[in-house]
Amino acid sequence: MSRETSLHGVHQGLGALFTDFAGWSMPVRYASELAEHKAVREAAGLFDLSHMAEIHVTGKQAADVLDFALVGNLTGVKPGRARYTMICDAEGGVLDDLVVYRLADEHYLVVANAGNAKVVADALAERVAGFDAVVDDRSETTALIAVQGPNAAAILGAVTDADLAALKYYASVPAVVKGHDVLLARTGYTGEDGFELFVDAGEAPAIWRILTEAGEGHGLVPAGLACRDTLRLEAGMPLYGNELTLEQSPFEAGLGRVVKFEKPGDFVGRSALEERAEQDVPRVRVGLRGTGRRAPRHGYKLLADGVEIGEVTSGALSPTLGYPIAMAYVDRAYTEPGTELSVDIRGRIEPVEVVALPFYSRA
Amino acid sequence: MSIPENLQYTKEHEWLSVEDGVATVGITAFAAESLGDIVFVQLPDAGSTITAGEVFGEVESTKSVSELYAPVSGEVVEVNGTTSDTPEVINSDPYTEGWLLKVRLSGDVPELLDAAAYAAHTQEN
Repeated sequence: MSRETSLHGVHQGLGALFTDFAGWSMPVRYASELAEHKAVREAAGLFDLSHMAEIHVTGKQAADVLDFALVGNLTGVKPGRARYTMICDAEGGVLDDLVVYRLADEHYLVVANAGNAKVVADALAERVAGFDAVVDDRSETTALIAVQGPNAAAILGAVTDADLAALKYYASVPAVVKGHDVLLARTGYTGEDGFELFVDAGEAPAIWRILTEAGEGHGLVPAGLACRDTLRLEAGMPLYGNELTLEQSPFEAGLGRVVKFEKPGDFVGRSALEERAEQDVPRVRVGLRGTGRRAPRHGYKLLADGVEIGEVTSGALSPTLGYPIAMAYVDRAYTEPGTELSVDIRGRIEPVEVVALPFYSRA
Repeated sequence: MSIPENLQYTKEHEWLSVEDGVATVGITAFAAESLGDIVFVQLPDAGSTITAGEVFGEVESTKSVSELYAPVSGEVVEVNGTTSDTPEVINSDPYTEGWLLKVRLSGDVPELLDAAAYAAHTQEN
Protein backbone atom coordinates (compact mmCIF):
# COMPACT_ATOMS: atom_id res chain seq x y z
CA MET A 1 0.00 0.00 0.00
CA SER A 2 1.46 3.30 -1.09
CA ARG A 3 1.69 6.25 1.25
CA GLU A 4 -0.39 9.28 0.43
CA THR A 5 0.57 12.91 0.87
CA SER A 6 -1.71 15.32 2.72
CA LEU A 7 -2.72 16.67 -0.72
CA HIS A 8 -3.96 13.31 -2.02
CA GLY A 9 -7.62 14.29 -1.80
CA VAL A 10 -6.90 17.55 -3.62
CA HIS A 11 -5.22 15.63 -6.43
CA GLN A 12 -8.15 13.21 -6.65
CA GLY A 13 -10.49 16.16 -6.96
CA LEU A 14 -8.37 17.47 -9.82
CA GLY A 15 -8.64 14.15 -11.64
CA ALA A 16 -4.98 13.26 -11.27
CA LEU A 17 -3.60 10.00 -12.57
CA PHE A 18 -1.45 8.49 -9.84
CA THR A 19 1.73 6.47 -9.96
CA ASP A 20 3.70 4.70 -7.30
CA PHE A 21 6.94 6.58 -6.74
CA ALA A 22 9.35 5.45 -4.03
CA GLY A 23 6.45 3.95 -2.08
CA TRP A 24 4.26 7.03 -2.44
CA SER A 25 1.11 7.42 -4.48
CA MET A 26 1.93 10.59 -6.42
CA PRO A 27 0.18 12.47 -9.21
CA VAL A 28 1.96 11.60 -12.46
CA ARG A 29 -0.19 14.04 -14.43
CA TYR A 30 -3.58 15.73 -14.23
CA ALA A 31 -4.51 15.84 -17.91
CA SER A 32 -1.64 16.23 -20.35
CA GLU A 33 1.98 16.13 -19.21
CA LEU A 34 3.01 18.08 -22.30
CA ALA A 35 0.56 20.87 -21.46
CA GLU A 36 1.86 20.89 -17.88
CA HIS A 37 5.45 21.05 -19.12
CA LYS A 38 4.61 23.96 -21.43
CA ALA A 39 2.79 25.77 -18.63
CA VAL A 40 5.88 25.61 -16.41
CA ARG A 41 8.09 26.96 -19.21
CA GLU A 42 5.68 29.73 -20.23
CA ALA A 43 3.53 30.49 -17.17
CA ALA A 44 3.62 28.41 -13.99
CA GLY A 45 3.02 24.96 -12.53
CA LEU A 46 2.04 23.84 -9.04
CA PHE A 47 3.72 20.68 -7.73
CA ASP A 48 3.19 18.46 -4.69
CA LEU A 49 6.63 17.29 -3.54
CA SER A 50 5.59 16.16 -0.09
CA HIS A 51 7.19 12.78 -0.67
CA MET A 52 10.62 14.35 -0.28
CA ALA A 53 12.36 14.10 3.09
CA GLU A 54 12.96 17.03 5.43
CA ILE A 55 15.60 16.36 8.04
CA HIS A 56 16.50 19.12 10.46
CA VAL A 57 19.95 19.33 12.02
CA THR A 58 20.28 21.69 14.98
CA GLY A 59 22.74 22.47 17.72
CA LYS A 60 26.10 24.08 18.40
CA GLN A 61 27.88 21.70 16.03
CA ALA A 62 25.18 21.49 13.35
CA ALA A 63 27.58 22.94 10.78
CA ASP A 64 30.43 20.66 11.89
CA VAL A 65 28.39 17.48 11.72
CA LEU A 66 27.18 18.33 8.22
CA ASP A 67 30.73 19.11 7.10
CA PHE A 68 31.62 15.63 8.35
CA ALA A 69 28.54 13.87 7.00
CA LEU A 70 28.31 15.50 3.54
CA VAL A 71 30.85 16.24 0.82
CA GLY A 72 30.10 19.98 0.71
CA ASN A 73 31.26 22.89 2.80
CA LEU A 74 28.18 23.59 4.88
CA THR A 75 29.98 25.81 7.36
CA GLY A 76 30.46 28.19 4.45
CA VAL A 77 26.73 28.54 3.76
CA LYS A 78 25.36 31.78 5.15
CA PRO A 79 22.12 31.65 7.15
CA GLY A 80 19.26 32.15 4.71
CA ARG A 81 21.11 30.52 1.84
CA ALA A 82 20.98 26.98 0.43
CA ARG A 83 23.41 24.67 -1.32
CA TYR A 84 23.27 21.66 -3.62
CA THR A 85 25.41 18.87 -2.20
CA MET A 86 25.71 15.12 -1.81
CA ILE A 87 26.02 12.49 0.87
CA CYS A 88 28.46 9.69 0.08
CA ASP A 89 29.39 6.39 1.68
CA ALA A 90 32.91 5.57 2.85
CA GLU A 91 33.83 4.35 -0.66
CA GLY A 92 32.76 7.64 -2.23
CA GLY A 93 29.56 6.23 -3.75
CA VAL A 94 26.65 8.67 -3.83
CA LEU A 95 23.95 7.84 -1.26
CA ASP A 96 21.86 10.81 -2.38
CA ASP A 97 21.99 14.31 -3.76
CA LEU A 98 20.60 16.94 -1.43
CA VAL A 99 19.63 20.56 -1.09
CA VAL A 100 20.67 21.87 2.31
CA TYR A 101 19.18 25.11 3.63
CA ARG A 102 20.91 26.96 6.44
CA LEU A 103 17.97 28.43 8.32
CA ALA A 104 20.03 29.92 11.19
CA ASP A 105 23.55 29.67 12.58
CA GLU A 106 22.75 26.42 14.33
CA HIS A 107 19.87 25.14 12.22
CA TYR A 108 20.01 23.38 8.87
CA LEU A 109 17.30 21.70 6.80
CA VAL A 110 18.45 18.76 4.67
CA VAL A 111 16.09 17.86 1.84
CA ALA A 112 16.55 14.34 0.49
CA ASN A 113 14.94 12.39 -2.33
CA ALA A 114 11.92 10.28 -1.38
CA GLY A 115 13.60 7.07 -2.50
CA ASN A 116 16.59 7.74 -0.26
CA ALA A 117 14.76 9.26 2.70
CA LYS A 118 15.55 6.43 5.08
CA VAL A 119 19.12 5.98 3.89
CA VAL A 120 19.87 9.66 4.44
CA ALA A 121 18.05 9.90 7.77
CA ASP A 122 19.84 6.77 9.03
CA ALA A 123 23.24 7.99 7.80
CA LEU A 124 22.80 11.38 9.45
CA ALA A 125 21.57 9.79 12.68
CA GLU A 126 24.67 7.61 12.71
CA ARG A 127 27.14 10.34 11.72
CA VAL A 128 25.90 12.77 14.37
CA ALA A 129 27.43 10.58 17.09
CA GLY A 130 30.04 12.55 19.03
CA PHE A 131 28.81 15.92 17.81
CA ASP A 132 26.84 18.45 19.84
CA ALA A 133 23.91 18.40 17.45
CA VAL A 134 20.50 16.78 16.99
CA VAL A 135 19.10 15.15 13.86
CA ASP A 136 15.32 15.37 13.62
CA ASP A 137 13.52 13.81 10.66
CA ARG A 138 10.34 15.86 10.21
CA SER A 139 9.34 14.36 6.87
CA GLU A 140 6.09 12.96 8.28
CA THR A 141 4.75 16.33 9.34
CA THR A 142 6.17 18.46 6.54
CA ALA A 143 4.58 18.99 3.13
CA LEU A 144 6.40 20.57 0.21
CA ILE A 145 4.66 22.57 -2.51
CA ALA A 146 6.50 24.10 -5.47
CA VAL A 147 5.43 26.93 -7.75
CA GLN A 148 7.68 26.96 -10.79
CA GLY A 149 7.71 29.09 -13.90
CA PRO A 150 8.15 32.66 -15.12
CA ASN A 151 4.92 33.74 -13.42
CA ALA A 152 5.79 32.14 -10.07
CA ALA A 153 6.90 35.39 -8.44
CA ALA A 154 3.77 37.24 -9.54
CA ILE A 155 1.56 34.46 -8.18
CA LEU A 156 3.31 34.14 -4.87
CA GLY A 157 3.72 37.90 -4.51
CA ALA A 158 -0.05 38.24 -4.40
CA VAL A 159 -0.43 36.05 -1.32
CA THR A 160 2.64 36.77 0.80
CA ASP A 161 4.22 39.89 2.19
CA ALA A 162 7.70 38.37 1.89
CA ASP A 163 10.05 40.53 -0.18
CA LEU A 164 10.42 38.25 -3.19
CA ALA A 165 12.59 40.71 -5.09
CA ALA A 166 15.16 40.43 -2.28
CA LEU A 167 14.98 36.62 -2.17
CA LYS A 168 17.88 35.29 -4.20
CA TYR A 169 18.14 32.01 -6.07
CA TYR A 170 19.08 29.29 -3.55
CA ALA A 171 17.89 31.34 -0.58
CA SER A 172 15.04 30.89 1.87
CA VAL A 173 13.05 33.00 4.29
CA PRO A 174 10.30 32.32 6.83
CA ALA A 175 7.12 33.86 5.40
CA VAL A 176 3.39 34.01 5.85
CA VAL A 177 1.05 32.99 3.03
CA LYS A 178 -2.41 34.36 3.85
CA GLY A 179 -2.08 33.53 7.52
CA HIS A 180 -0.12 30.29 7.09
CA ASP A 181 3.49 30.08 8.24
CA VAL A 182 5.77 28.65 5.57
CA LEU A 183 9.44 28.38 4.83
CA LEU A 184 9.72 30.00 1.43
CA ALA A 185 12.69 29.02 -0.73
CA ARG A 186 13.72 30.17 -4.18
CA THR A 187 14.77 26.74 -5.39
CA GLY A 188 13.46 24.14 -7.77
CA TYR A 189 14.12 21.35 -10.19
CA THR A 190 12.64 22.61 -13.44
CA GLY A 191 15.17 25.10 -14.82
CA GLU A 192 12.73 27.96 -14.23
CA ASP A 193 12.46 30.67 -11.63
CA GLY A 194 10.32 29.33 -8.85
CA PHE A 195 9.68 28.73 -5.21
CA GLU A 196 9.37 25.81 -2.86
CA LEU A 197 7.17 26.12 0.21
CA PHE A 198 7.81 23.91 3.22
CA VAL A 199 4.58 23.81 5.19
CA ASP A 200 2.87 21.86 7.95
CA ALA A 201 1.31 18.82 6.29
CA GLY A 202 -2.10 19.63 7.74
CA GLU A 203 -2.10 23.09 6.18
CA ALA A 204 -0.98 21.98 2.74
CA PRO A 205 -4.49 21.68 1.21
CA ALA A 206 -5.36 25.23 2.31
CA ILE A 207 -2.09 26.61 0.96
CA TRP A 208 -2.55 24.69 -2.30
CA ARG A 209 -5.98 26.33 -2.68
CA ILE A 210 -4.58 29.78 -1.93
CA LEU A 211 -1.90 29.33 -4.57
CA THR A 212 -4.39 27.93 -7.08
CA GLU A 213 -6.60 30.97 -6.64
CA ALA A 214 -3.63 33.34 -6.85
CA GLY A 215 -2.60 31.58 -10.06
CA GLU A 216 -5.86 32.30 -11.85
CA GLY A 217 -5.09 34.67 -14.69
CA HIS A 218 -1.40 33.71 -14.50
CA GLY A 219 -1.70 30.39 -16.31
CA LEU A 220 -0.92 28.29 -13.22
CA VAL A 221 -1.78 24.61 -13.61
CA PRO A 222 -1.25 21.64 -11.30
CA ALA A 223 1.75 19.70 -12.60
CA GLY A 224 2.71 16.08 -12.01
CA LEU A 225 5.84 13.98 -11.85
CA ALA A 226 5.84 13.19 -15.58
CA CYS A 227 6.46 16.79 -16.58
CA ARG A 228 8.81 17.28 -13.64
CA ASP A 229 11.03 14.63 -15.20
CA THR A 230 11.09 16.17 -18.70
CA LEU A 231 11.65 19.63 -17.21
CA ARG A 232 14.63 18.52 -15.14
CA LEU A 233 16.03 16.59 -18.09
CA GLU A 234 15.92 19.70 -20.31
CA ALA A 235 17.66 21.59 -17.50
CA GLY A 236 20.39 18.91 -17.42
CA MET A 237 19.76 18.08 -13.78
CA PRO A 238 20.70 14.62 -12.54
CA LEU A 239 18.12 12.21 -11.18
CA TYR A 240 19.11 9.81 -8.43
CA GLY A 241 18.80 6.27 -9.74
CA ASN A 242 19.49 7.40 -13.31
CA GLU A 243 22.49 9.74 -13.42
CA LEU A 244 23.48 9.19 -9.81
CA THR A 245 23.91 5.84 -8.10
CA LEU A 246 25.76 4.29 -5.20
CA GLU A 247 28.20 2.75 -7.71
CA GLN A 248 29.40 6.17 -8.83
CA SER A 249 31.15 9.02 -7.12
CA PRO A 250 30.27 12.66 -7.84
CA PHE A 251 33.24 12.76 -10.25
CA GLU A 252 31.77 10.25 -12.71
CA ALA A 253 28.56 12.27 -12.67
CA GLY A 254 30.46 15.35 -13.78
CA LEU A 255 29.58 16.90 -10.43
CA GLY A 256 32.98 16.67 -8.74
CA ARG A 257 32.76 20.37 -7.96
CA VAL A 258 30.38 19.58 -5.09
CA VAL A 259 33.20 17.75 -3.27
CA LYS A 260 35.03 20.29 -1.13
CA PHE A 261 38.43 18.78 -0.27
CA GLU A 262 39.61 22.17 0.93
CA LYS A 263 37.31 22.13 3.94
CA PRO A 264 39.14 21.31 7.19
CA GLY A 265 38.74 17.99 8.90
CA ASP A 266 37.71 14.58 7.75
CA PHE A 267 34.44 13.76 6.09
CA VAL A 268 32.81 10.48 5.19
CA GLY A 269 34.26 9.31 1.90
CA ARG A 270 37.17 11.78 1.84
CA SER A 271 40.05 9.37 1.27
CA ALA A 272 38.14 7.31 -1.30
CA LEU A 273 37.06 10.46 -3.11
CA GLU A 274 40.61 11.86 -3.10
CA GLU A 275 41.73 8.68 -4.84
CA ARG A 276 38.89 8.86 -7.32
CA ALA A 277 39.58 12.52 -8.03
CA GLU A 278 43.16 11.75 -9.00
CA GLN A 279 42.24 9.00 -11.42
CA ASP A 280 40.63 9.78 -14.73
CA VAL A 281 37.15 8.35 -14.39
CA PRO A 282 36.48 5.87 -17.21
CA ARG A 283 33.09 7.23 -18.19
CA VAL A 284 31.67 10.71 -17.96
CA ARG A 285 28.15 12.11 -18.05
CA VAL A 286 27.30 13.92 -21.27
CA GLY A 287 24.30 15.37 -23.06
CA LEU A 288 23.07 13.93 -26.33
CA ARG A 289 20.92 15.38 -29.07
CA GLY A 290 19.10 13.12 -31.50
CA THR A 291 17.40 13.60 -34.82
CA GLY A 292 13.93 12.42 -35.71
CA ARG A 293 11.46 11.79 -32.92
CA ARG A 294 12.61 8.56 -31.31
CA ALA A 295 14.17 9.26 -27.95
CA PRO A 296 17.14 7.35 -26.53
CA ARG A 297 15.98 6.08 -23.16
CA HIS A 298 17.39 4.75 -19.90
CA GLY A 299 19.53 1.68 -20.52
CA TYR A 300 19.97 2.04 -24.29
CA LYS A 301 23.51 1.38 -25.55
CA LEU A 302 25.70 3.98 -27.23
CA LEU A 303 28.03 2.95 -30.03
CA ALA A 304 31.04 4.37 -31.85
CA ASP A 305 32.10 2.48 -34.98
CA GLY A 306 29.87 -0.36 -33.86
CA VAL A 307 31.55 -0.72 -30.46
CA GLU A 308 29.65 -0.04 -27.25
CA ILE A 309 31.09 3.03 -25.53
CA GLY A 310 28.33 4.09 -23.19
CA GLU A 311 24.78 3.90 -21.93
CA VAL A 312 21.86 6.29 -21.76
CA THR A 313 20.64 7.23 -18.27
CA SER A 314 17.63 9.45 -19.12
CA GLY A 315 16.04 10.52 -22.36
CA ALA A 316 12.90 11.95 -23.89
CA LEU A 317 11.62 13.85 -26.85
CA SER A 318 12.16 17.36 -25.48
CA PRO A 319 8.77 19.08 -25.31
CA THR A 320 10.40 22.52 -25.44
CA LEU A 321 13.06 21.87 -28.07
CA GLY A 322 11.18 19.41 -30.27
CA TYR A 323 14.04 16.94 -30.71
CA PRO A 324 15.20 13.97 -28.63
CA ILE A 325 17.56 14.73 -25.76
CA ALA A 326 19.29 12.37 -23.37
CA MET A 327 21.93 12.16 -20.70
CA ALA A 328 24.39 9.29 -20.85
CA TYR A 329 27.64 7.95 -19.53
CA VAL A 330 30.23 7.54 -22.29
CA ASP A 331 33.92 6.64 -22.43
CA ARG A 332 36.17 9.67 -21.93
CA ALA A 333 37.32 9.70 -25.55
CA TYR A 334 33.79 10.52 -26.74
CA THR A 335 32.77 13.38 -24.49
CA GLU A 336 33.68 16.37 -26.67
CA PRO A 337 30.61 18.33 -27.83
CA GLY A 338 30.08 17.68 -31.53
CA THR A 339 31.16 14.03 -31.32
CA GLU A 340 28.92 11.87 -33.49
CA LEU A 341 27.72 8.65 -31.87
CA SER A 342 25.03 6.08 -32.50
CA VAL A 343 22.38 4.80 -30.15
CA ASP A 344 20.65 1.46 -30.35
CA ILE A 345 16.95 2.31 -30.11
CA ARG A 346 15.31 -1.08 -29.77
CA GLY A 347 17.36 -2.55 -32.59
CA ARG A 348 17.47 0.55 -34.80
CA ILE A 349 20.74 2.41 -34.93
CA GLU A 350 20.10 6.16 -34.83
CA PRO A 351 22.64 9.01 -34.88
CA VAL A 352 23.15 11.25 -31.84
CA GLU A 353 25.53 14.10 -31.20
CA VAL A 354 27.28 14.94 -27.93
CA VAL A 355 26.17 18.40 -26.77
CA ALA A 356 26.89 20.58 -23.77
CA LEU A 357 24.53 20.53 -20.78
CA PRO A 358 22.04 21.94 -20.04
CA PHE A 359 19.86 21.49 -23.11
CA TYR A 360 17.65 24.37 -22.05
CA SER A 361 18.36 27.52 -20.03
CA ARG A 362 15.80 30.14 -19.30
CA ALA A 363 16.45 33.47 -20.99
CA MET B 1 -13.27 6.15 -20.27
CA SER B 2 -15.19 5.61 -23.48
CA ILE B 3 -15.49 2.10 -24.92
CA PRO B 4 -17.66 2.24 -28.06
CA GLU B 5 -20.20 -0.59 -28.31
CA ASN B 6 -19.71 -1.11 -32.03
CA LEU B 7 -16.03 -2.08 -31.91
CA GLN B 8 -14.11 -5.23 -31.03
CA TYR B 9 -11.11 -5.22 -28.72
CA THR B 10 -7.93 -7.13 -27.95
CA LYS B 11 -6.46 -7.74 -24.53
CA GLU B 12 -3.47 -5.69 -25.75
CA HIS B 13 -5.76 -2.63 -26.00
CA GLU B 14 -6.24 -2.39 -29.76
CA TRP B 15 -9.67 -1.84 -31.24
CA LEU B 16 -11.00 -3.19 -34.52
CA SER B 17 -13.93 -2.59 -36.82
CA VAL B 18 -14.51 -4.67 -39.93
CA GLU B 19 -16.35 -3.62 -43.06
CA ASP B 20 -16.30 -5.46 -46.42
CA GLY B 21 -13.26 -7.50 -45.45
CA VAL B 22 -11.21 -4.47 -44.38
CA ALA B 23 -10.38 -3.97 -40.72
CA THR B 24 -9.69 -0.56 -39.25
CA VAL B 25 -7.28 -0.80 -36.32
CA GLY B 26 -6.47 1.64 -33.54
CA ILE B 27 -5.58 1.73 -29.86
CA THR B 28 -8.16 2.29 -27.16
CA ALA B 29 -8.74 5.38 -25.07
CA PHE B 30 -7.65 3.30 -22.08
CA ALA B 31 -4.30 2.58 -23.76
CA ALA B 32 -3.82 6.19 -24.83
CA GLU B 33 -4.63 7.45 -21.34
CA SER B 34 -2.27 4.94 -19.75
CA LEU B 35 0.59 5.93 -22.05
CA GLY B 36 0.19 9.65 -21.54
CA ASP B 37 0.82 12.14 -24.34
CA ILE B 38 1.78 10.21 -27.45
CA VAL B 39 4.68 11.85 -29.28
CA PHE B 40 5.66 9.29 -31.93
CA VAL B 41 4.07 6.41 -33.81
CA GLN B 42 5.87 3.89 -36.00
CA LEU B 43 3.56 2.09 -38.44
CA PRO B 44 4.16 -0.29 -41.36
CA ASP B 45 3.90 1.02 -44.93
CA ALA B 46 0.86 0.45 -47.09
CA GLY B 47 1.35 -2.74 -49.07
CA SER B 48 3.11 -4.63 -46.30
CA THR B 49 1.47 -7.46 -44.43
CA ILE B 50 0.87 -7.89 -40.73
CA THR B 51 0.29 -11.11 -38.84
CA ALA B 52 -2.15 -11.61 -35.99
CA GLY B 53 -0.39 -11.64 -32.64
CA GLU B 54 2.84 -10.16 -33.97
CA VAL B 55 4.28 -6.70 -33.42
CA PHE B 56 3.47 -4.32 -36.26
CA GLY B 57 4.61 -1.00 -34.82
CA GLU B 58 5.15 1.04 -31.69
CA VAL B 59 3.89 4.12 -29.92
CA GLU B 60 6.05 6.36 -27.80
CA SER B 61 4.81 8.69 -25.12
CA THR B 62 6.90 11.10 -23.12
CA LYS B 63 7.76 8.39 -20.62
CA SER B 64 7.34 5.05 -22.31
CA VAL B 65 7.39 2.93 -25.43
CA SER B 66 4.74 0.33 -26.24
CA GLU B 67 4.63 -2.20 -29.02
CA LEU B 68 1.53 -2.58 -31.13
CA TYR B 69 0.26 -6.11 -31.69
CA ALA B 70 -1.68 -7.03 -34.80
CA PRO B 71 -5.21 -8.17 -33.93
CA VAL B 72 -5.65 -9.67 -37.43
CA SER B 73 -3.59 -10.84 -40.40
CA GLY B 74 -3.68 -9.16 -43.77
CA GLU B 75 -2.32 -6.54 -46.11
CA VAL B 76 -2.07 -2.94 -44.99
CA VAL B 77 -4.12 -0.95 -47.49
CA GLU B 78 -3.99 2.44 -45.80
CA VAL B 79 -2.02 4.13 -43.04
CA ASN B 80 -3.35 7.13 -41.15
CA GLY B 81 -0.73 9.75 -42.01
CA THR B 82 -2.27 12.17 -39.54
CA THR B 83 -0.77 10.12 -36.72
CA SER B 84 2.80 10.73 -37.89
CA ASP B 85 2.33 14.50 -38.14
CA THR B 86 0.11 14.94 -35.10
CA PRO B 87 0.39 11.82 -32.93
CA GLU B 88 -1.59 13.61 -30.21
CA VAL B 89 -4.73 12.84 -32.24
CA ILE B 90 -4.48 9.32 -30.77
CA ASN B 91 -5.00 10.81 -27.31
CA SER B 92 -7.72 13.23 -28.30
CA ASP B 93 -9.71 11.00 -30.65
CA PRO B 94 -8.54 7.38 -30.52
CA TYR B 95 -11.62 5.82 -32.12
CA THR B 96 -12.17 8.07 -35.14
CA GLU B 97 -9.50 10.57 -36.25
CA GLY B 98 -6.80 8.62 -34.41
CA TRP B 99 -7.17 5.27 -36.20
CA LEU B 100 -3.87 3.67 -37.27
CA LEU B 101 -4.26 1.17 -40.11
CA LYS B 102 -6.74 -0.30 -42.55
CA VAL B 103 -5.98 -3.97 -43.22
CA ARG B 104 -7.48 -6.23 -45.91
CA LEU B 105 -8.12 -9.44 -44.00
CA SER B 106 -6.33 -12.54 -45.24
CA GLY B 107 -8.31 -14.89 -43.01
CA ASP B 108 -10.95 -14.97 -40.34
CA VAL B 109 -11.01 -12.45 -37.54
CA PRO B 110 -9.76 -14.13 -34.36
CA GLU B 111 -12.11 -14.14 -31.42
CA LEU B 112 -11.93 -10.71 -29.79
CA LEU B 113 -13.56 -8.97 -26.85
CA ASP B 114 -16.79 -7.03 -27.09
CA ALA B 115 -17.14 -3.67 -25.30
CA ALA B 116 -18.44 -5.22 -22.08
CA ALA B 117 -15.69 -7.83 -21.95
CA TYR B 118 -13.06 -5.20 -22.70
CA ALA B 119 -14.45 -2.94 -19.97
CA ALA B 120 -14.13 -5.84 -17.54
CA HIS B 121 -10.58 -6.48 -18.81
CA THR B 122 -9.52 -2.88 -18.16
CA GLN B 123 -10.98 -3.06 -14.65
CA GLU B 124 -8.71 -5.99 -13.91
CA ASN B 125 -5.64 -4.06 -15.06
